Amino acid sequence: MSKVLVVTSGKGGVGKTTTTAALGAALAQRGDKVVVVDFDVGLRNLDLVMGAERRVVFDLINVVQGVAKLPQALIKDKRLENLWLLPASQTRDKDALTEEGVGKVIDDLRSRFDWVICDSPAGIERGASMAMRFADEAVIVTNPEVSSVRDSDRIIGMLDSKTVRAEKGERVEKHILITRYNPSRAARGEMLTIDDILEILATPLLGIIPESQDVLRASNVGTPVTLSNAEGAPARAYIDAARRLCGDTVPMQVPTERKGFMDRLLRRRAA
Amino acid sequence: MSMGLLRLLRGNKASAPVARERLQILLAHERGLRGQPDLLGVLREEILAVVSKHVMLDPTKVIVRLERGDEVSTLEVDIEVPNDFERKKAAVA
Repeated sequence: MSKVLVVTSGKGGVGKTTTTAALGAALAQRGDKVVVVDFDVGLRNLDLVMGAERRVVFDLINVVQGVAKLPQALIKDKRLENLWLLPASQTRDKDALTEEGVGKVIDDLRSRFDWVICDSPAGIERGASMAMRFADEAVIVTNPEVSSVRDSDRIIGMLDSKTVRAEKGERVEKHILITRYNPSRAARGEMLTIDDILEILATPLLGIIPESQDVLRASNVGTPVTLSNAEGAPARAYIDAARRLCGDTVPMQVPTERKGFMDRLLRRRAA
Repeated sequence: MSMGLLRLLRGNKASAPVARERLQILLAHERGLRGQPDLLGVLREEILAVVSKHVMLDPTKVIVRLERGDEVSTLEVDIEVPNDFERKKAAVA
């Protein structure tokens, strides 16, 4: 049975697109058929993070408006057999996303894929509400920082009231994904702890992605981080998160400080 | 241990507990407001309607402010009225 998953946050720059690409690739690698859909009309970036920016011909708006057929707009990933991308329009306005049109495209995608992963734009405007409108599940990407947590709370409120599921009296299954987690700052008490965030948002945890150079490096070369350095800490955290989405029980790894040689030396002296 | 010492020397406390407390208070408040009409907006409109029945005023010079305290909250309404409003009103009438 296919699932529609929205990756959302309210706040910008927290890692929605990185997460969409990474989870999409991780799920596809498990053998599921996956499409990642960019809802950030006018500011598309999922194509760039996926390394498909030069292969975009038609986009979501073209399909919504009937200018192109869905198969014409879908871009097949060059690395993974089961992974596809439906890009957003770079030139059009987000008002072109009608609820009826988006609903039809989502239904069509449901019939073709196991996972339809919708990359939401930041904010709470039309693009964001359309991205979550037809979702069965939601990944709320949150940084351990006050403004991000506040915006996540707001988005949770929208998921509970403005989605088709909510209006039918059903639930959208929600998961918190904490990204840009910096263990050494957490240890110094400079950053909200995982427990603080989960208590405040009262939503279960899907995973903790440590802050890492791997993420920037992956976007630089246009490869999902789970593929660019599969052994790295963020990739492993994303792969575990994808397994949890599939219902596997995977022990939660809280990233810990990795001490370099100089750190150890200084620490010894200080003690 | 060394981190604690460092913090002691620098004299700064961990800021995460402050963040947590501020968020808890703010979100408890914002969740209560969700789905409700904008209270300040409604107040502003209605106060403006009542006052302008009797006094000529510039709607842009009306400030309604709500400050939340621990014990009580204050509602501050600041309306700028031109000095010659009596005359203007007479002229209108």
